[in-house]
Amino acid sequence: MTEMVYGAVPVRVGEPVLPKWWRTLDKWTLACVLALFIIGLLLGLAASVPLAERNGFGNFHYVARQAVFGSVALVAMVVTSMMPPVLVRRLAVLGFVATFVALLLLPFLGTDFGKGATRWYSLGFASVQPSEFLKPGFVVVAAWLLAASQEINGPPGKTLSFALCVTIVLVLALQPDFGQACLVLFGWGVMYFVGGAPMLLLVGMAGAVILSGMFAYANSEHFARRIDGFLNPDVDPTTQMGYATNAIREGGLFGVGVGEGQVKWSLPDAHTDFIIAVAAEEFGLMLVMVVIALYATIVIRSLTRLMRERDPFIRLAGTGLACMFGVQAMINMGVAVRLLPAKGMTLPFVSYGGSSLIAGGIALGMLLAFTRTRPQGGIADYLRGRGRG
Amino acid sequence: MIRTPLRPLARILQARAKGENPDVIERENLRQRHEEMAVKSRQRAEGRLLVLGAFFLCAFFVIGGRMAMMATSEPAEPAVYTAGSMIANQRADITDRQGRILATNFETHSLYAQPPQMIDPIMVAEKLVEIFPDLDKGRLLKDFTGKRKFVWIKKKISPEQKQAVHDIGDPGLLFGPREMRLYPNGRLAAHVLGGAGFGKEGVTAAEVIGVAGVEKQFDAYLRDPANGGTPLQLSLDLTVQAASEQVLYGGMKLMNAKGATSILMDVETGEVISVVSLPDFDPNNRPAPPVSGNDPSVSPLFNRAVQGVYELGSTFKIFTAAQAMELGIAGPNTVIDTRGPLRWGKFSIRDFRFYGNEMPVTKIIVKSSNIGTARLAQQIGVERQRAFLEELGMLEATPFEIVEAQGGKPLLPPNWSELSAMTISYGHGLSTTPMHLAAGYAAIANGGRYVKPTVIKQSGPQAGVRVMSEETAAASRMMLRKVVSEGTASFAEVPGYQVGGKTGTADKPRPQGGYYEDKVIATFASIFPANDPKYALIVTLDEPEISAHGEQRRTAGWTAAPVAAEMIQRVAPLLGLRPHVEPAQVTGITLTSN
Repeated sequence: MTEMVYGAVPVRVGEPVLPKWWRTLDKWTLACVLALFIIGLLLGLAASVPLAERNGFGNFHYVARQAVFGSVALVAMVVTSMMPPVLVRRLAVLGFVATFVALLLLPFLGTDFGKGATRWYSLGFASVQPSEFLKPGFVVVAAWLLAASQEINGPPGKTLSFALCVTIVLVLALQPDFGQACLVLFGWGVMYFVGGAPMLLLVGMAGAVILSGMFAYANSEHFARRIDGFLNPDVDPTTQMGYATNAIREGGLFGVGVGEGQVKWSLPDAHTDFIIAVAAEEFGLMLVMVVIALYATIVIRSLTRLMRERDPFIRLAGTGLACMFGVQAMINMGVAVRLLPAKGMTLPFVSYGGSSLIAGGIALGMLLAFTRTRPQGGIADYLRGRGRG
Repeated sequence: MIRTPLRPLARILQARAKGENPDVIERENLRQRHEEMAVKSRQRAEGRLLVLGAFFLCAFFVIGGRMAMMATSEPAEPAVYTAGSMIANQRADITDRQGRILATNFETHSLYAQPPQMIDPIMVAEKLVEIFPDLDKGRLLKDFTGKRKFVWIKKKISPEQKQAVHDIGDPGLLFGPREMRLYPNGRLAAHVLGGAGFGKEGVTAAEVIGVAGVEKQFDAYLRDPANGGTPLQLSLDLTVQAASEQVLYGGMKLMNAKGATSILMDVETGEVISVVSLPDFDPNNRPAPPVSGNDPSVSPLFNRAVQGVYELGSTFKIFTAAQAMELGIAGPNTVIDTRGPLRWGKFSIRDFRFYGNEMPVTKIIVKSSNIGTARLAQQIGVERQRAFLEELGMLEATPFEIVEAQGGKPLLPPNWSELSAMTISYGHGLSTTPMHLAAGYAAIANGGRYVKPTVIKQSGPQAGVRVMSEETAAASRMMLRKVVSEGTASFAEVPGYQVGGKTGTADKPRPQGGYYEDKVIATFASIFPANDPKYALIVTLDEPEISAHGEQRRTAGWTAAPVAAEMIQRVAPLLGLRPHVEPAQVTGITLTSN
């Protein structure tokens, strides 16, 4: 009793928010994201000039915009990463519902900016691509469903989340936006894999993919020609791929010099899909390696931290977010080095684009929130004498 | 897996016996199972996350490795872009049917200034005005001394001009390489070619895009690098086109017309061999489009052949006669009542002159009787007439492959009544372009198949839709021949080429309604040689007027027909047609033999 009267210092319940956030945060990932964003701005200084010139703006118009969007994205990321997982889940589910409705309304209210695919809402000063915002929301919802299905007498989460995934993929494919559709499918697949997909199914699926690929190669001339063209070491220098390949070669180890690159004048998507080619040409292999290392660090660190996580929902959602992020970067860079067939996909945090930047910020914010260190009940295990796992 | 029962009966019975709540046991069991499952799934997830991590690590390594391999390999073809040219492909040439150049590319330079680098703006401005008299010195000086860092001066300059500017020697004056479109034949086929201009412009290059005619219609094709610069081969023939233009220009001046157009079409293939619209322009220096509000037909850019929608008058009568014969309503010798005027409500139809109370169909065409044709149309009826004209392509814009052709939509009567049918039968109330007429006459000439007029060289005859029988077409050709040999178009006779055709003189509509008394569109639509037609030729004069035999004459027989005759005389030999020479009279030759 005496302690209660005399010894008590006025303490707040729990730890203050900011110190706790800083203590538990994956600071390396945060640093990597910041580095990527800065590299993105640096590359934007080089890569977006031709676009600005074409559209009659000042040289660094798009860099300024990128900086503004980037700041918003970073703020969104930090704020999201401070939230407890439950709050993240609730907001993400709400956000998912909102963006899904927005996605469905696209054919009626969206614009295609003359590019043939209706993916955007035009807000006058900027355009919004709802599918970018849908991805993190979908990951959280699907993770929630999959996690719930692991409860005894839980809902049939696997079936439900798969149905949801297929619906979204169909809607995206109808736009058409096969890139995003593949990403969503991949995200779900990874979560299902980690959430305990039966081994037999996995083997069967891999076999089916290989068999159908061989079948298509043997029977479809179109498919065979594309694969042959892709395997062919010689590349037509007047195609986009040719320009990108030559840019990487020109750049060599240390690049041709800041602002000296030529590829950005030839490639219409130099500031988005082929920004890595601009990086390779002007700054050389060094910067590209740094970029690759940064992406690898973010993904691997996140996955390692998630391995310790005991809450199935957090584990699955984090996995989905990290893998989607990593795979997007991988596909973008894989296309530039001709490891993958051409597919329009932005390099997260580096490519120009308001929607993808802010959505990326939110997604990484969620990932940071999920990978924060939190008590995992390991001590209780030891106390009960069961040790780890 | 070994399932643990949720309600181990023994424990529950025990608990019941002790009076404890069995639910607690049940919850405990459930919790235990759940924990076991969670542990298991966590272990599995750990392994799989490890797999995923390894996968990503490998993937990033592969990408990095590949990037390193590429970066350290030698650039394969640096020449592709270090040469400084960012125009990846040249615009393909356009040639005539024999491969002669109609449009090609030419290396030139643009001139621009960077005022901050300029040493002596005043001197530069003075010298530039000497070289380019059309530049304004004050304006240049203002640009050079103002805040601008970059000023375009000239988009295209000649090599001499470039040298002269170079000799000024000011570092602020710079040249950018340009590829420009050149039409070496000047005004020739100007309306078909259209013209090209610069699209996106940069300092080191500019994009050449088509702005009109085939240049615009086939812009994507001409620019497509996949075609490897294969020229676009048109159906036009350079020499025929040149001869046609010359004759038509002379005819237009002679007949005091303010505009003229001619179309020469191969009746089997639909290829247009020459198409002229006057006044014309030089596509190398395309004039500015007309200010809106003015009559577009005043502008030389206006293509009368495909954009000029006119009532083409009596030239339509042959379609009525052909349809009547096709439907079995009348034969060439069926006699039709032609007493006039033919009254229909408030409207009465008259003939130019009185030709008699009744005439056979052939004579109706030869004399160009409105009343007779209208009577035929009455028997044909609205629906059938409309369907026939639709088959002949008269109710839609022609498929001719220049962008302007889409604008040549026929003007149909708002309500296709019986009266409309009667006026349309002789070419009033339905306005079409001369190109429509050419296609219609080609159908008669080739034995009854509709061929699409085309500007692209074809490899063989078009298998067009049949619109009338061979017999009908042959009978119609006989009539057309008679129009020339003994009817209104006697001035169109060209010895040896058996021209067949039909004149048409239509009063021009006033913009405010009604028709002018003294302004006409005179058309002569012809086919030659009539016994086995190869070509259809349309000549249309806008507001021709001559005085002959003490009378002001505007009718097509006096104006368009002689121009057409002259044109046939000039182009038939170029087209490789032999004149059909009548065997000479053998009288007067005395055979001397012992």
